[in-house]
Amino acid sequence: MISDATLPIIFVGLMGLAVLLYAILDGYDLGVGILLPLGHESRKDQMIASIGPFWDANETWLVLAVGLLLIAFPSAHSLVLRELYLPATFMLFGLIMRGVAFDFRAKVAFTKKALWDKVFKFGSILTAFMQGVMLGSYIMGFEHSLAATLFSLLSGIGVTAAYAFIGACWLVMKTDGELQIKAVYWARKTSWMCFAGVLAVCLVNPLINPGVLDRWISLPFALFIWPIPFVCFCLFVLCHLVLKRLPLADDAGCWVPFMIALFIFLFCFQGLAVSFFPYIVPGQLDIWQAASAPESLRFILVGAIVVVPCILAYTAFSYRVFWGKVRDLRYY
Amino acid sequence: MDDVLLLSRLQFAANISFHILFPSISIALCWLLCYFKIRFDISKQPVWMRAYRFWVKIFALTFALGVVSGITMSFQFGTNWPGYMEKVGNIAGPLLGYEVLTAFFLEATFLGIMLFGQQRVPGWVHTLSTLLVAIGTSLSAFWILALNSWMQTPDGFKLIDGVAYVTDWWAVIFNPSFPYRFTHTLLASGLTASFLMAGLSAYRIHRGDAKHAPRLALKTALVLAAVLAPLQVLVGDMHGLNTFEHQPQKVAAMEGVWDTEKGAPLLLFAVPDEKARTNHFEIPIPNMASIILTHDPNGEIRGLNEFIGEHPPVKPVFYGFRIMVGVGMLMLLTAWLGSWSLLRQGQLPSWLLKAVMAMTFSGWIATLAGWYVTEVGRQPYLVSGVLRTADAVTGIAPGNVLLTFCLYITLYVVLLGAYLHTLFLLARKAVEIEEYQPGENPFSQPMGVQA
Ligand code: HDD
Ligand code: HEM
Ligand code: HEM
Repeated sequence: MISDATLPIIFVGLMGLAVLLYAILDGYDLGVGILLPLGHESRKDQMIASIGPFWDANETWLVLAVGLLLIAFPSAHSLVLRELYLPATFMLFGLIMRGVAFDFRAKVAFTKKALWDKVFKFGSILTAFMQGVMLGSYIMGFEHSLAATLFSLLSGIGVTAAYAFIGACWLVMKTDGELQIKAVYWARKTSWMCFAGVLAVCLVNPLINPGVLDRWISLPFALFIWPIPFVCFCLFVLCHLVLKRLPLADDAGCWVPFMIALFIFLFCFQGLAVSFFPYIVPGQLDIWQAASAPESLRFILVGAIVVVPCILAYTAFSYRVFWGKVRDLRYY
Repeated sequence: MDDVLLLSRLQFAANISFHILFPSISIALCWLLCYFKIRFDISKQPVWMRAYRFWVKIFALTFALGVVSGITMSFQFGTNWPGYMEKVGNIAGPLLGYEVLTAFFLEATFLGIMLFGQQRVPGWVHTLSTLLVAIGTSLSAFWILALNSWMQTPDGFKLIDGVAYVTDWWAVIFNPSFPYRFTHTLLASGLTASFLMAGLSAYRIHRGDAKHAPRLALKTALVLAAVLAPLQVLVGDMHGLNTFEHQPQKVAAMEGVWDTEKGAPLLLFAVPDEKARTNHFEIPIPNMASIILTHDPNGEIRGLNEFIGEHPPVKPVFYGFRIMVGVGMLMLLTAWLGSWSLLRQGQLPSWLLKAVMAMTFSGWIATLAGWYVTEVGRQPYLVSGVLRTADAVTGIAPGNVLLTFCLYITLYVVLLGAYLHTLFLLARKAVEIEEYQPGENPFSQPMGVQA
């Protein structure tokens, strides 16, 4: 039997997994939307085809993350969402716009398609930017100072760049020909912006949060944190070197940049997690204070243990079905 | 505080009303698509495939709108009703969690294969994917309606310091009103989807589309509606009896009964007046309400005056109920007349075709009216007898809620317009596209839109 005190740890872990998977998965499809070139028909169709079968399931990880926050840490859920009311709402507008534009663009008269494409791109940028803003003000402990606002905006740009980067890497992997060459170019451009963003968070976070600074200089946490910036830097350089050579003759290694991007996301996430654990609201609420009743957590845990492996399995199945380079997307 | 309460309620009502429009179609439409697909798999007749292809586009669009508005809903609890999660989070959380885990991932993942994977997987895997999406949408309705029914008729919990703790999950999920609400809502979805299908098919036929597929869809939809409509009346009646037992004040508002009376009449129409606590312009059928609710012409119905301060606003509940039942009766009539003349003569007379077209969105009206009866009828409580709506509201600045509310409304009006426009556009496009020859491989000819 799992003790009452370990339940919150399990749930914060599950939530972390959902957030991480969301950032990677919806990251690449938001990234594709951010990069969508306006006015280049065949390229646009191909790009959108590459995310067509996946975007809905990708977004579901966000619903799960919010759901887990609500299930396991209800008081943190209301506190966080109250503080982030406006950016969260604007993020939702972004998600609504891109989700519907995706479908409308394929069904309306050709003349209106361009309009929906703009809505799609704008919605993707708005979503990514607002998620960055939310991350920024979370890191700043929901402070309302000028510095905090500026940092949030900066973080918004950083996250947008990071999504564009992983989106470009996705396209390098999933497309060929002219679009792939273009995607390699995008990936190189955005990777440096993304790196600047990672660096900014690494510097600012310990400087303004005494608790985080503490973590950075105390063992054993420091062991998990200090390597992160360096490993990330090496990964960015590696990515750059690989991208310089792509595409190769038989399309070898087209998946390497995406894998690198995936590890960069993983390390950044680890950095944040180690900095804040066990706080669920930095400096205010820890996971034990915020946890809901153990019997409720046990009830949902049983389900999660059975269902999450199934979800991962059929997600893998769906990626297998759409394996390889994109083809035209048709409803049959 | 009052402003935030009012605005939060308006915003929540606007959001959920927008959201339910799409599930009410997609839940049942997906089962209809399964039916088309399975008929095609068995008979190999291309016409079933053509019906599938037309409706799968509408399904995809509806589903997308359902998903994005649903994601908005999942944030609403935290942003606008923090007190809700703090008091009943131990119950609401796991139920919503099971919805995400068992339903949302299932439908979202297999939707990809259902929409875009037909040429990449064997036929049976595609049919299975369609089936799994349909199961997913219905499962999602199961969990969310379990939660909603629990809010109406809470059971299986104990209160400690105002916070609800579960004592029996089975009693929480299968609370007294759940079986009725679940059945009634699934039937409502069936009726909404079949009237949409009948209406749009009638529109195509009306525009001179002589192809086989729209006629087939019209027949399928009308026959289905003819079966579901009487079932809905039956289930609705049982649902009302259940509500009478557990939420007598709601039924009193639905029936417009002010004073407790024996042998209460059924009011076909009236204008309830909450100030004077009486009705004007009544058109009554004597003793009928007592007969329906107690199966006894002199049965007692408790009136609103027994629940002063504890009963919902009367007008919306009273009118909402009449709109729902009225539309339900119209549906019954249209579906029976339509099926009868289709089965007898093979086609609909022009006036009936137009009537079916006029009923295209009748399901939306009845569904919304029904939900308003249910939800407004629960006021002033958010969870009957446990938590008042006013105690759950957010501390967000009213200005911010007003801003987001106005933006939501604008966005929803635009999207609804675009959705309706696109439905009819797809129907018109389908009229113009030539039908291919029987025996031809339906997979070889890409004639649809790209997505
Ligand atoms: C009776 C049915 C019903 C009702 C009352 C609700 N929903 Fe819903 N919802 C569905 C039936 C549904 C569905 C059929 O499963 C949807 C609609 C179309 C779709 O794509 O899935 C869906 C989608 C949907 C999604 C997106 C799922 C995804 O990513 O695939 C979310 C997050 C919610 N809903 C959340 C809610 C919340 C928080 C509600 C209540 C306050 C709610 N829904 C009421
Ligand atoms: C799907 C169809 C639904 C519709 C059309 C609907 C409609 C409404 C309306 C009109 C109100 C405002 C009532 C008032 O303030 O007078 C309301 C309130 C509310 N409903 Fe629903 N509802 C639906 C489903 C649900 C579900 C499934 C849940 C939860 C599981 C839910 C939870 C709530 C909550 C938390 C409130 C806010 C507090 C309140 O005003 O009572 N609703 N709903
Ligand atoms: C014609 C006979 C009908 C009767 C007697 C009937 C009865 C009822 C009753 C009593 C309620 C309120 C239950 C409560 O709040 O506790 C209700 C709710 C509802 N009705 Fe109906 N209804 C009928 C037709 C319809 C039709 C045709 C539709 C839609 C196509 C519909 C859709 C709904 C919905 C969505 C709700 C809210 C969810 C629920 O509480 O089940 N109803 N109905």
